[in-house]
Formats: sequence, C-alpha cells, structure tokens
Amino acid sequence: MTDIIKKHVDRRGVIKGGMASILATGIMPSILTSPAYAADYLNAPTGKTVTLGFNVPQSGAYADEGADELRGYQLAVEHLNGGGDGGMLNTMTPKSLKGNGILGRKVEFVTGDTQTKSDAARASAKRMIEKDGAIMITGGSSSGVAIATQSLCQEAGVIFMAGLTHSNDTTGKDKRANGFRHFFNAYMSGAALAPVLEKAYGKERKAYHLTADYTWGWTQEASIAQATEAIGWKTVKKVRTPLGAGDFSQYITPVLNSGADVLVLNHYGKDMVNSLTQAVQFGLRDKQVNGKDFVIVVPLYSRLMAQGAGKNVEGIFGSTNWHWSLKDAGSQAFVKSFGQKYGFPPSQAAHTVYCQTLLYADACERAGTHNPCGVAEALEGFKFSGMGNGDTLYRAADHQCFKDVLVVEGNDKSTSKFDLLKVVQVVPAKQVTYAPDNPMFKGGELGKCNPGKA
Amino acid sequence: MSKKDLSVEYSTILIFALAILTMPIWLSPIGAGYPDLLQKFVIYGIFAVGFNILFGLTGYLSFGHAAFLGIGSYATVWSFKLLGMNVIPAVIFSIILAGSFAALIGYITLRRSGIYFSILTLAFAQMCYNLAYSVLTPITNGETGLRVLKTDPRIFDHLFGRGQVDGPLLTDLFGIHMTGYPGFYFCAILLIITYYIAMRIKRSPFGMMLKAIKSNQTRMNYTGFNTRPYLQTAFIISGMYAGLAGSLLAITDPLAGAERMQWTASGEVVLMTILGGVGTSLGPVLGAGLIKYFENIFSSYNDNTLHAALSFMPDWLNDVLTIIISPFVGSGWHLTLGALFMIIIIFLPGGIMEGMGRIIQIFKPNKPGGSTKTASQG
Repeated sequence: MTDIIKKHVDRRGVIKGGMASILATGIMPSILTSPAYAADYLNAPTGKTVTLGFNVPQSGAYADEGADELRGYQLAVEHLNGGGDGGMLNTMTPKSLKGNGILGRKVEFVTGDTQTKSDAARASAKRMIEKDGAIMITGGSSSGVAIATQSLCQEAGVIFMAGLTHSNDTTGKDKRANGFRHFFNAYMSGAALAPVLEKAYGKERKAYHLTADYTWGWTQEASIAQATEAIGWKTVKKVRTPLGAGDFSQYITPVLNSGADVLVLNHYGKDMVNSLTQAVQFGLRDKQVNGKDFVIVVPLYSRLMAQGAGKNVEGIFGSTNWHWSLKDAGSQAFVKSFGQKYGFPPSQAAHTVYCQTLLYADACERAGTHNPCGVAEALEGFKFSGMGNGDTLYRAADHQCFKDVLVVEGNDKSTSKFDLLKVVQVVPAKQVTYAPDNPMFKGGELGKCNPGKA
Repeated sequence: MSKKDLSVEYSTILIFALAILTMPIWLSPIGAGYPDLLQKFVIYGIFAVGFNILFGLTGYLSFGHAAFLGIGSYATVWSFKLLGMNVIPAVIFSIILAGSFAALIGYITLRRSGIYFSILTLAFAQMCYNLAYSVLTPITNGETGLRVLKTDPRIFDHLFGRGQVDGPLLTDLFGIHMTGYPGFYFCAILLIITYYIAMRIKRSPFGMMLKAIKSNQTRMNYTGFNTRPYLQTAFIISGMYAGLAGSLLAITDPLAGAERMQWTASGEVVLMTILGGVGTSLGPVLGAGLIKYFENIFSSYNDNTLHAALSFMPDWLNDVLTIIISPFVGSGWHLTLGALFMIIIIFLPGGIMEGMGRIIQIFKPNKPGGSTKTASQG
C-alpha cells in the first residue's frame, strides 16, 4: 500500500513536470504567431488580396433568400474586381471605386452556412475571422442571426455589413459601432404601408397579428400595430408562432372567430409561404366579417416568397426594400448584369447585399484603409444615389440607411413567374424617417468602433 | 488496482493531455487549427465524455442531454450578468444548476428503462427547449439569445472597480481574457481533468456497478442490489458534465441561444458517442471532434475552393470532379456525415475505436483479443 502511495506522488510529480513543459512548448508559439498581434488592426491584408466573409443561411427557413444573397455577393465581387459589365459601379454617385479590387487588392471571399441559428452563425463568422482572415463579415437572413453576428464582429473588431435584417433592434437597441445596415426596417414598413392600407381598406378595421416569435417578428408586430392604430384600426390579438413552424393551421383556425377582419402575417421566407397558403386554403379571403371583405396583409414582402406562394399573393399589400421592375438607371444596370449571369431577375436580398458590398468597398477607398474605424468614419453620414432607392443617407447616429421604400401588391395579371409583385407606390425617404431617439429604437448605444487588438 | 494498471492509466492520461494541448499545432495542416474550432472540439469532447458515463456504462440512452447543455449556458450568462465577467463562479453555478435539474429529471425518467426512458428524456428536453424558446422569454430572451449587456448589474465587477469597460465585455479568469487561445487552453485543461475523472469512475467499484446494470439489470435486482441510486448518480454526473460543457460554450462566446437545447443537439451527442465508440473513454472525444470538423470545415467549401483544391488536375477533370463533389460539401455536409455514419455503423459497430483496434491487431497478429482490450483501455 505504501508503495503505491509513494509511486502515486512520484507520478504526480512527473505529470506536473510534463504539463509545465507542454504549456511552455504548446502555448508560447501559438501566442506569438496569433494573427491578432501582426498589425494595428485585426486581419490587416498584407498580400495582393483582401478576404470578405459571406455568412448566409444555406439551410433552414430562409435558405432561398440565402442562396440569392450569395449570387448578389458573387456578382459584387466580380464587379469590384473589374469583371463583367460593372453593374452599379457605372451608376453609383459619388464613387471612388476604380474596378481594380479594393485599394488595389483583388477581392476574394469565403462563405459559410448560418443554418438560421445564432450559434452556427457565430461559429461560422468566427471561422472566417480567425482562420480565413476575413476583414469584413456580411450576411444574415434573420434578424436574430444578424444581431448575434453584429455583436460578435464588434467584439472581434471587424466591420459587419448587415444583409437581410428588418428588425428595428438591429439599428435600435442592439446597434453597434462596427455594424451597418442598408436594408429598411419594420418601422419604415409600417410608416410606408399605413396610408396605403387606409386608402384601400378604410379606418374601421380590426387586425389580428400572427408573428414569428423572435426579435424581427416582435418589432414588426409593434411597428405595424402602432402605424395601423394611428389610422384608427384596432388590434384584436397578437399571436406568436415559432420560427420554421411549417404548419400554421392551429394558429389560423381561431382567426375567424376572433371578430377580426384583417390578418397581418408577420412572417418571412418559407414561414410566410406556408402561413399565407394555409390562410388562403382555409378560405379566409372569401369570408365576410363585420360586413367587410376579410383581407390579409404581409408587411414584409419579397419576390422569392411571392414565387413560393404563387397565386395566393394576388391583391395582398406589403412593403419591400427594392424590386427589379424599378426603372432607375442603378436598378436597371443591376438587373441587367444579374440577369446575364444567372438568367433571372434578382430579389431584394441580392440587391441589398450587392449594395452593401459596394458601399463597404467604396468606404475603404475613401478612407484609404481597411481599418474598421476608418471605414466606419467614411460610411457615417455618407450620402449617395444611383443604387436603386434614390438619394440615400447612411445616418451616423445609428448606422441605418434612409431611402425610398416600396409599397407593393400581389400582381393579379402576372406575365411571368417573376412578375408577381407590382409597385403601388414609391414612398419617399422623408415619410419613413424617424428620430434616432424614437421609443421603438431606444435603449442601445453604438459604443466605440473596435479595430481588433492592436 | 495493480501497479501495472496504474502506470498504464498515468501514461494514458499523459499522452491524452499532450495530444489535447498540442492540438493547435497538429490540427493546422487540415485547416482546423484556429481557436474557435479548437474550443468546440474540447467543449463537445467534455459533453460526449459525460454522455458516455450514462450511455456507455449503463446503456441508458438519453435523448435529452442538450437540455443540460442549454441550462449550463443560460446559468453562465446569468452569472456574467449578475455577478461579473469572472468565469469561476459561472462554471460552479452552471454545474450545480445542471446537476440539480439532472437530479429532478433523472428522478422521474429513471423509473423506466430502454426506449421508454429515451422518449421521456426527449420529452423533457423538448419541454425545456420550448420553455426557453417562448414561454420563459424574459429569462432566456427567446430566439434572439441571451447576451451580456453593459447595463447589467455585474455586482462584483463594480465592487472591484472594473464596472466601466471601454471596449466590448469579455469573459476573464483573473485578468486573462477567455477568448482565442487562452480560452482554448482553459477548456482543454478542464477536458483533461474531466477525462481523468471519467476514467477513474469507469474503473471504480461504482463504474463496475454501472457496467453490471448494462449487462443485466434484472439479475442485479434479484441478487439484492438496488440499482436506482447508481443510475441516478450516473445521470446526475452526466448532467453536470453537460452543464460544464454548456458553461464553457458561453464562456468562450457569451451568448446562450435556445437552439442549443433542441432535440437535434441531443441527437448530435448520441451520434458523437456512437461514431467514436460507445463505452470507450477516448471514442466520444474523437467522435465529437469529427462531427465538429465536418460541421465547420466541410460546410465552408464552395465551388471556388474545390476548383482551387483540384487545380493540379487537367481542367476538364477538375470541372467534372467539382460537379461530383460539390453536393457533398457546403450546405450538403449533412449528406457526407450521414454517409460516413452509415459506413461506420455497418462495418465498425464499435465506432472509430474499433477501427483503431483492428488496425493495431494487424500489427500484433500474435496477441489474441487485442481489439477489445485496446478499446477498453483507450
């Protein structure tokens, strides 16, 4: 027994010594070679190339949007490197881009799958930052994911150019100094949509909300409720549904017995396709309630969703960031080069990420550096036009773009499977602008820009 | 325990520790030598080692272990929010909370065995998931996930004058930030400690009892043993391991999301354990590493990277191969993992450890039974 104890102590000593030597040999080299210590900002490009990270959902409820985002990104990279016909590079004003990459460095990219989950998105973004040396992360087709990735980029010290994220919180209470959003938000949808709804359906309406249960759904529900209540509508009930539910029949059946005559679907992607299709199949739109025709409103529309829902979208109002049928030079140039490359028109998702990539590159050129602090400064308060939404401002106070918003309606006379939405009204930026301290956006602060460890 | 066994044990743990701590070096060539993935390797290693204490030793297949992972994460983030950014209270708090939940859930579910036990644990985990996802939104922040905010109380941080942070809030161990490589080494040391504990549990009389439950519980009961306390203890220990893993996930990245508790996450740890080798000590760690490698590296391949990787071939062959391979990488990584899983289950029911045992046996043809022996020692 004593023998064993003695041995025990001896071996423990051996292990301790072993550990110490492992720590000495194992940790030291990796600290010294850590890329964070190589320059005055994280992932500073040293060679002839610069790497961007495109983090989009390739599986889950928003996979279709993710696939189109990736197409938009690839087109943007092609144009930045001087390939193709240049697209919006020819229409954007003011412009510092030269078509030779960013600051003379060829643009390369890495991709990742966010799986529409915050965990997976952050793991994927971390891989891009830590392993691939990405200097900017962009993407996200869910506000939950976008907010999670945005705060990661703030902590790590790279720029985050938000893709498809419509929640007020992204540039509201969860805004970050390193994050920028080109896409419009739920408040803007409400502000743009309410006058059109008032004109079409009158002041005496009772609305029933079905809402995707996460940050985007919550803020859109609040925004639409506020905007419609301002025109005299009543909100009967707000029901939350889990993201990616698939079957919404249990949520739709109670709608008719609630006394509501409007159904507001705060859903997006495959969720919206499913809930709208089921609502139509249940015959909601053929019913009469309170002596009025029952109507459905989908506040956030996209062409991809309209394509999924097919004929069910006819006559349904909604808002959208951009649509390919716009006739301005920027939109036309983008639709032309996208169509030539892929054979069909781009969605609003492809448009916003394309713009974001160009805007980032342009800001680098103007700042003369990739340093996130320099880039952020160049983007703040930047006024530009020729990118499809008229005159646009990147507001410094919250890093949100202010531009025209489209109110659209499901097209009942569609000529092709892409011609499913028609633009009812282009709502000017002034009408959807709000003060940075609007109650719906309160509670957050940008903080200081973080260039990564110096 | 004989002297020889002890020396085998020490050399095993020494080799294991060496292998884990040098991971940044030997995993770089295959593109996995970056902190985030290394952290995931060791954290899910801990999760799988703990799961193996229950599933590998007693044969009770829990389909709800992700619930403890999630509880550990939420407990850690709340500890950051309330107490401060130091990781020590967070870890302790998480292990205790996950352990008490395991005691409660185990007390109810362990009344049944076999498939009924699995279904019960699955039901509990889904309940936890749904609670976290929508009902308990004030505590868990729902789908958006729970994060540390600058406005949080963080009592101890303010007490020691570290309340005002200029940059982002980072978790720390007495001044060392738990991100990047320091975070990895923190997790790695915990993996080595917990691995050693699991190894000792397996060889203890308690471990023998668990293995006896696996081989024939009815006979155990007839000979007068009450097996419930043993099962309950194994369940709690395993839940505490999961809580620790969940805590480490939140320490290296201070965000806790409900999807961590979903049944797919519970299924993942079952896959890890089976892929590596059920009942072996090392197997679950290998399985965890393999699955995380697939999830992070294979999913990042796109057509461009494939073209670049195959650029040494003639152009036409490059194009053809890219078309053939591309459905299996990128968003198709699940497909590859599924195929690999099937192949391993059909040809190597004992997982990777059985495969390694067979290879060792080829080189030692004269020693009978080498396969099972190596497996049980590893």
